[in-house]
Amino acid sequence: MEETLRIERDAAHKAASRRKKRKEIGEGIRIGTGTVVLLVISVAFLIPIILTITNSFMSASEISANYGSVFATTQSGGKVFISKTVTLKFIPDMVSFAQYGSVLFRSPEYLLKFWNSVIYVVPIVLFQLFVAMLASYGFARYRGKIRGIIFFSYVILVLMPYQVTLVPNFLVSNYLGITGTRWAIWLPGIFSPFAVYLLTKFIRRIPSSVFEAAQIDGAGEWQMFSRICVPLCRSGIFSVAILLFIDFWNMVEQPLILLPDEELHPLSVFLSKINSGEISLAFAVAVIYMIPPLLLFLYGEDYLVEGITYQGGIKG
Amino acid sequence: MAEKKSFMRVKGIRKKTGDGRGIRHRQSKHERRARYVSMFYLSPSIIGVLVFFVIPFLVVIYYSLVNNPVQGRFVGLKNFISVWNNEAFRQAGLNTLRFSFTAVPLAVIGSLFLAAVMESKIPMKSKFRTFFLSPIMVPIASVVLIWQVLFHYNGLVNELITVLGITKIDWFKSAHAQIPVVLLFLWKNLGYNMILFMAALSSVPKDLIEVAQLEGAGRHQIFFKIKLRYLSATIVFVTIMSLISSFKVFREVYLLAGDYPVSSLYMLQHYMNNTFRSLDYQKLSSAAIIMSLVIIVLFFIMYKAEDHFGRDVED
Repeated sequence: MEETLRIERDAAHKAASRRKKRKEIGEGIRIGTGTVVLLVISVAFLIPIILTITNSFMSASEISANYGSVFATTQSGGKVFISKTVTLKFIPDMVSFAQYGSVLFRSPEYLLKFWNSVIYVVPIVLFQLFVAMLASYGFARYRGKIRGIIFFSYVILVLMPYQVTLVPNFLVSNYLGITGTRWAIWLPGIFSPFAVYLLTKFIRRIPSSVFEAAQIDGAGEWQMFSRICVPLCRSGIFSVAILLFIDFWNMVEQPLILLPDEELHPLSVFLSKINSGEISLAFAVAVIYMIPPLLLFLYGEDYLVEGITYQGGIKG
Repeated sequence: MAEKKSFMRVKGIRKKTGDGRGIRHRQSKHERRARYVSMFYLSPSIIGVLVFFVIPFLVVIYYSLVNNPVQGRFVGLKNFISVWNNEAFRQAGLNTLRFSFTAVPLAVIGSLFLAAVMESKIPMKSKFRTFFLSPIMVPIASVVLIWQVLFHYNGLVNELITVLGITKIDWFKSAHAQIPVVLLFLWKNLGYNMILFMAALSSVPKDLIEVAQLEGAGRHQIFFKIKLRYLSATIVFVTIMSLISSFKVFREVYLLAGDYPVSSLYMLQHYMNNTFRSLDYQKLSSAAIIMSLVIIVLFFIMYKAEDHFGRDVED
């Protein structure tokens, strides 16, 4: 009796381990194919970035030999695509820093446009964060029907594309007489409600007991805001700052409409206007323009991920 | 699920004040103070939003209903009808919608696929995450150069498709001009959406999946019958975010093809730019209002759809 039980148990064991092994092999195959798929997609994702960087180290003659025909321009400024040979090269024949040299020392207009970008983006990010931090504390401090409606209209505003919001922006800056000045970019940027929306989500996650405790300990309103709320939201502030930075570093629509004077345009617009004579510089300028956001990314990838997740509201 | 809260917030708040009302007698002084403080902190933002967005938008509504800003004679829907019948506006609107309806589904499905693959026990997960996210950080202006090289008549893409037996295409001049733009859009946005889906997938209750496995559910069954139901709110959110970015695709098009692109790339923002140049306030205002209505309707439909599909997993 015991003997048969033992045999049965052994058989069951063996069958189970066989099943397990088969399952493991299946699992291995799945992971293997998954990894290969991801590898292929990552290569496709990285190629444009890598190509831009390697191409920036080519000499002027090499660039124009390779792609001179791509960037011929018509008189109206539109790009014309002439069919001559285009050779795509991953590695320059000879690494040369000449392009960077001429961007930095001989073509001041690029640095000027780069500086324009900085001068728009940095104040917008800082002040939008400041205004938004105050506002989201306000939203969290008291919830009522009116604030609910205000917040809802903020959400709708966040959803609206530039095609819609630029018309009101344009009317106001005409009325205030700031069209064509940097203020026309700064002010709507600073008061755009995107950061309010995200930071409110962050703040609402702080347990209200924290604030209650502080209040009992005799903290004033400003202290509660600056000593408790802001430090607790630090990672949220970083995340929003990164998202804001990318968005405004890429700005195209606003300057085209609000700044008739091209001198004031940021590099994000100006880069596309590079003419065929200076095409060799374009890659170097493109790489220089990539550096600030890429540095931010290396430093703050986790904040970026956190910001995106909050935007999805999965945590909030 | 939580995203719903932000749209439902108005409702949720009403309940909360309801709770507060019960103890109002005791807390009224406290509450009044909280209300003042809250308004004080809100005021800079509210003033800014009123001045730069809300009040001028009311002016936009006014402009759309009168014959011109100086005379201000009420003309009803005449401006809307003339914009609606405008050939360029229709072309631009159709192109934009066509782009959105191609790019957004691809962006949602593609990123869901990436997130699902990333969820299994893949080595070097964080490296892959970095790779897929990096395009978000690259300014469009910087990558446009390479896109022009890749999609040039004699560029790499045409060489690849001739291997497959397709004749070369002059991408940015042809009727297929939207394809490179869709690819650029996917390149930029897949990583962002993938993060949203990865976060949502990790929040699907583990015990539910274990039970399903014990009951003998297959991998596909678990994914389609359980996880997708839990993802429905995120799918709606990702669709909304992708729609928003697809309306911004003018950036990419402008940097790739300039002010006067081939007709299939003529986007709504091109139309707006030209109208801005001619300073036709009536057209501008009516066009802006038509667009905002279309967008609100689109979002409303999606919001309702999520209500319908996700209702039995709401907590």
